[in-house]
Amino acid sequence: MSLLEVSSLKKYFPIRTGLLRRTTGHVYAVDDISFSLEQGKTLGLVGESGCGKSTAARVVLRLLTATDGQVVFDGQDVMQASRGAMQRLRRDMQIIFQDPYSSLNPRMRVRDIVSEPLLNHQIGTEAERKRRAFELLETVGLSAEHGERYPHEFSGGQRQRIGIARALALNPRLIICDEPVSALDVSIRAQVINLLEDLQDEFGLTYLFIAHDLSVVKHISDRVAVMYLGKIVEVAGSDVLYDYPQHPYTEALLSAVPIPDPETERARRRIILEGDVPSPAKPPTGCVFHPRCPRFRPDPCARAMPPLQSTGGDAGANHLVACYFPTRYEEAPG
Amino acid sequence: MAERLLEVRDLSTHFFTHAGVVRAVNGVSFTLDRGETLGIVGESGSGKTVAALSLMRLVPDPPGKVVAGDILLKSKDLSRLNEEEIRQVRGNDIAMIFQDPMTSLNPVFKVGDQIVEAIRLHQNKGKKEAWRQAAELLAKVGIPDAEHRVDQYPHEFSGGMRQRAMIAMAISCNPDVLIADEPTTALDVTIQAQIIEVVREMQQQYHSGVILITHDLGVVAEMSDKIMVMYGGRTVEYGSVDEIFYDPHHPYTWGLLSSLPRLDLVEKTRLTPIKGNPPDLLLLPLGCPFSGRCPYERSECRDNWPTGEMVGMSHGVHCWIPAEERKNIRSKLPRFRRRVA
Repeated sequence: MSLLEVSSLKKYFPIRTGLLRRTTGHVYAVDDISFSLEQGKTLGLVGESGCGKSTAARVVLRLLTATDGQVVFDGQDVMQASRGAMQRLRRDMQIIFQDPYSSLNPRMRVRDIVSEPLLNHQIGTEAERKRRAFELLETVGLSAEHGERYPHEFSGGQRQRIGIARALALNPRLIICDEPVSALDVSIRAQVINLLEDLQDEFGLTYLFIAHDLSVVKHISDRVAVMYLGKIVEVAGSDVLYDYPQHPYTEALLSAVPIPDPETERARRRIILEGDVPSPAKPPTGCVFHPRCPRFRPDPCARAMPPLQSTGGDAGANHLVACYFPTRYEEAPG
Repeated sequence: MAERLLEVRDLSTHFFTHAGVVRAVNGVSFTLDRGETLGIVGESGSGKTVAALSLMRLVPDPPGKVVAGDILLKSKDLSRLNEEEIRQVRGNDIAMIFQDPMTSLNPVFKVGDQIVEAIRLHQNKGKKEAWRQAAELLAKVGIPDAEHRVDQYPHEFSGGMRQRAMIAMAISCNPDVLIADEPTTALDVTIQAQIIEVVREMQQQYHSGVILITHDLGVVAEMSDKIMVMYGGRTVEYGSVDEIFYDPHHPYTWGLLSSLPRLDLVEKTRLTPIKGNPPDLLLLPLGCPFSGRCPYERSECRDNWPTGEMVGMSHGVHCWIPAEERKNIRSKLPRFRRRVA
């Protein structure tokens, strides 16, 4: 059974202009996305900046109110949950933020930062919370002694560990990782990725892993969903997606990633997309990708957004793509 | 043989701060030929940007100061030029593309104005002609509808377009040396691919030498002819792109290559991170800056900086571990097991 089930989720931000702040349009940040996430697994959500991946994460946690759609966590409707029920739900759903510099309060001691979720939920006594904070710091590879210091005394990678310790404080089941390694140096990135993997094994965590770095997402995810302009255009098992991409956007995205191997680089052919991502306030009609798509045909592409559907057959059951002309492979596995 | 554009010898740039002296660049040497791309690879604080700024003499003084070294641009020693003379060189002979296209353009001037400024500073051209040239340059770097765009303000440009405008500005005077400081870091991958393409085209067209500063080993593998790996203000290893990727000799280079997740490999292996944290630049050891994090550290490492040792045609390394032992250690690392030289 899936732990998290998201269906037809939408989040539109109103654009208000003029003296009366009338709503004159909407930013279609997340526009009708559905996905599910199984216990103990990792779903990667990739896409370029502005595609709505972080908004989607915040809506799932109800940090933002959805315009429409449903989020079901472990059988419970997150959107309809009462205040008290939401409070309990929050214990199970935590988030790690991108920027390890602005996501930690500079005036708080590290042990207070890490144990703050316990305080918010009134768990344990002061002494117990302190002990738990030290234990958490050790879990993420810091020492108890670090708890007495302040965030500015730590490097980026260490701060991200503190953020992770805080997310673990309530023994959550789902952790949303919003670009957790993007701000870190290459050599530190691998430390944090390994830590996240170890914690998943140890505590049976489920991750929704948001990133724009496709190599990192491939490494850590079981399944990957590709977003473009508020829509999911393709979802598949991570190996399948990377080896047999079917959506022209996924293909272009993968071909654009530079590979740290000169021989591979020299042999590669790159699909270079023309132009920029359109504004989510004025998404194109029909398929959102059609103005940049190399396979564009006026009919049907400009008429209606293709549904996200299985590519057919037993093998394709778990590979969903939203394209009228997906790439077909001779012997593509599922 | 290609013309030698740039020769840098023993460049040291230090910052004199209240907390102490930061040796941001410490005895760095390299050369650049016409048509060649040199990739300078390193993490934040490794000194790669300061090295580039030193060439342009753009290091803020105080607190920064180029304390030693020669910078020869086509045999002309830049470090001996006065402010007026260096201004002639800057933009004209050496130009720089900065990392952040959002903050490097002045928001209150039209994009065209900013390119025209660069053109008129170095070329004796009328306003009208300079504007026409600005529009041509924008078209050349792939901005659609350039005649109209040249009249717009930076906020009307997307990130990728701003970076193109920066490139247009940098190539406006046909520089011999083009320094690109993390030109694609702030951009999305599909836009990054476009920009890499533009830089490459411009290089071919103008036959300049390019210095590419980046932490992205993928971009380096794609664009560079040769690579210099920096750590804590020092060059720890340098060589051709193949030498660095397939025959790396410095433990830091091993660590860097081993810590990358790979898009192109099927098997999922656990990443091998570099242990520890980036060094405190105020407390760098006199010897190898990687000592303290290096798993193969020896007694001499901390206090003595090893002289360079050539290990290939154009391949040099600074490391105390004897060459034979290095090869032995490397052959046992998972990342390099398949390629034993």
